[in-house]
Amino acid sequence: MPETTYIEAITQAMAEEMARDERVFLIGEDVGVYGGAFKTSYGLIDKFGPERVIDTPISEIAIIGAASGAAIMGMRPIAEMQFIDFITCGYDMLVNFAAVNRYLFGRACPMVVRGPAGGGTHGGPYHSLNPEAMFMNRPGLKIVAPATAYDAKGLLKAAVRDDDPVLYIEHKYLYRRIKEDLPAEDYIVPLGKAAVRRKGKDLTIITWGAMLYVALDAANELAADGVDAEVIDLRSIIPFDEEAILESVAKTNRVIILHEAPLTGGAGAEFAARIAEKAFDYLDAPIKRVAALDVPTPYSPPLEAFALPDKAKVLKAARELLAY
Amino acid sequence: MVETYGLTRDQLLDIEYYLRLTRSLEERVVALFRQAKVIGGLYRSLGQEGESVAAAYALDYKQGDVVQPLIRNVGAILVAGAKPVDILRQYMAKGNSPTRGRELNIHFGNPQTDGFIGQISMLGDMIPVMAGITLAGRMQKKNLVGLAFIGDGGSSTGAFWEGMNFASVQRLPLVVIIEDNGYAYSTPTWKQSAARTLADKAYAFGCTGETVDGNDVLAVYDATKRAVERARSGGGVTLLEVKTFRMKGHAEHDNQAYVPKELIEQWREKDPVVRFERMLIENGFATQEDITAIEQRVKREIDIATDEADASPMPTPSDAALGLFDGDGYWNA
Ligand SMILES: Cc1ncc(C[n+]2csc(CCOP(=O)(O)OP(=O)(O)O)c2C)c(N)n1
Repeated sequence: MPETTYIEAITQAMAEEMARDERVFLIGEDVGVYGGAFKTSYGLIDKFGPERVIDTPISEIAIIGAASGAAIMGMRPIAEMQFIDFITCGYDMLVNFAAVNRYLFGRACPMVVRGPAGGGTHGGPYHSLNPEAMFMNRPGLKIVAPATAYDAKGLLKAAVRDDDPVLYIEHKYLYRRIKEDLPAEDYIVPLGKAAVRRKGKDLTIITWGAMLYVALDAANELAADGVDAEVIDLRSIIPFDEEAILESVAKTNRVIILHEAPLTGGAGAEFAARIAEKAFDYLDAPIKRVAALDVPTPYSPPLEAFALPDKAKVLKAARELLAY
Repeated sequence: MVETYGLTRDQLLDIEYYLRLTRSLEERVVALFRQAKVIGGLYRSLGQEGESVAAAYALDYKQGDVVQPLIRNVGAILVAGAKPVDILRQYMAKGNSPTRGRELNIHFGNPQTDGFIGQISMLGDMIPVMAGITLAGRMQKKNLVGLAFIGDGGSSTGAFWEGMNFASVQRLPLVVIIEDNGYAYSTPTWKQSAARTLADKAYAFGCTGETVDGNDVLAVYDATKRAVERARSGGGVTLLEVKTFRMKGHAEHDNQAYVPKELIEQWREKDPVVRFERMLIENGFATQEDITAIEQRVKREIDIATDEADASPMPTPSDAALGLFDGDGYWNA
């Protein structure tokens, strides 16, 4: 389908999955008549009716809890957080109920929790969250974070079809800023598989979500200096593509992990540890992490820009690595 | 003649069987606990067997109804069909327990196949889950009803409020029983809520509220049955408060020194099982011999279940790594 935006890709994925499987339904705040705060579910209520596009009270515990209850009854709910930040209000339902169904009770809980995440939109501390790290240490949830329209659609379809709960982190900065031609036919992007977005041999940048574009910008600038950077878009954070990471590190011997969430305790720490454990002998320099400052994302544009990672920070890290 | 709300003599004796099964099974668990065969904690339902059994008896499991017990509602899952041997295996952390040694006590059950779903420990969380279960039932055109238990303490949580509110807005076929059993751990109900009665919380949700004597088996059955019929016929959520008493401490380690002795004595007089049996005999539904026969049957069944559970293997340690996600086949084996 020509020129599909990232947000349209999400809408299409939901519409197609709901048409394909009547067990799939959408539940969240203002998702029905209004079509979602960002219009992500625009038109779905007309196609599928209010029984399958359910407007709820402002009630994240109820949304995630009811979705979980329906999922263990054999339905396949998609629960929307109006902003992913509010997932903390329903955190307990997700990590202590949804995520543990299979391991503790042998029950399948096929559901997706999705919502707009990320900064760069001057949303301030309560509308800019990158939540992956706080779910990585609670086993039982899969976590994906698409960076392209193609992946936004394919990963969401895969998440809906998966038999375990999936946290689908969509980056709202990308909603209407990127678009591409999508295949007309049905496709999925398998969970757990990274994509090499730029091949290179001198250093590896591992990233996901909107930071992919920062990484690619930095790689282009490095290319002008004759440095050939490889860029890996992780796409899935749990499970993550360890093979792709290690393969790239074995080739380039230098690695930067770039993410938009704060540095300390961020997902990058886990990937760095994995590389140190499993590819130490391949490293020619210390592993670098480029991430947000350890602060709540501030609102004012100059503050926000300072706090979040950008091309300059990636370039600085890259040059330090190359000079090591 | 006492009003039995349509319950036949056979059904009354069936209820008596479950009351005795509950009480005796728990006494057995206490014995096993003292022999250090119970690995985790032990939370007694003494004094609450009546409401647990009576409420669960008002459901129709053939229609797909689902009951969600709390720790003190072992009687409810027995009515729904849980097997004593499985409950004992859970307590003893056996490898062939329903959760294969991964979770404790009566935290188990699949709402699609078992007619019950055990709680998770986070109090209040099961109310939104039960909203989802009944929502799914409606979407699947199953006409099932959900019955959820919540404590006086648990009804103070945000999850309880969100679940009740959502279920009420959706007019889901859900019956929620608040057990006012006097205490939440050491905290008396009056420190839990300033509401006049816990059933008054129904006003905020716009659902039906009712209070009933939780130690009167027939009254609980009647009130639950009416609530279940209301739910099944589209009348929405009922919040049913049962007034009862927790006769033991919060768990085995707790000697409930904070509970006035007189209060315990007062409630001992109202024991729901003794009271039900007196009713059976006074109204000619059963003789003392009938009751003794039921007690003997229960003892035999529990003896067999205990031997079976005791002989069950502990889990294989390395199994701890399996079964987190679909795909490794652990749960299919
Ligand atoms: C959210 C939450 N907070 C605290 C606890 C610890 N806790 C377990 S049982 C209990 C008391 C429960 O009281 P109530 O809900 O009235 O049920 P009862 O034990 O009286 O049956 C507490 C505080 C918990 N399980 N969940």
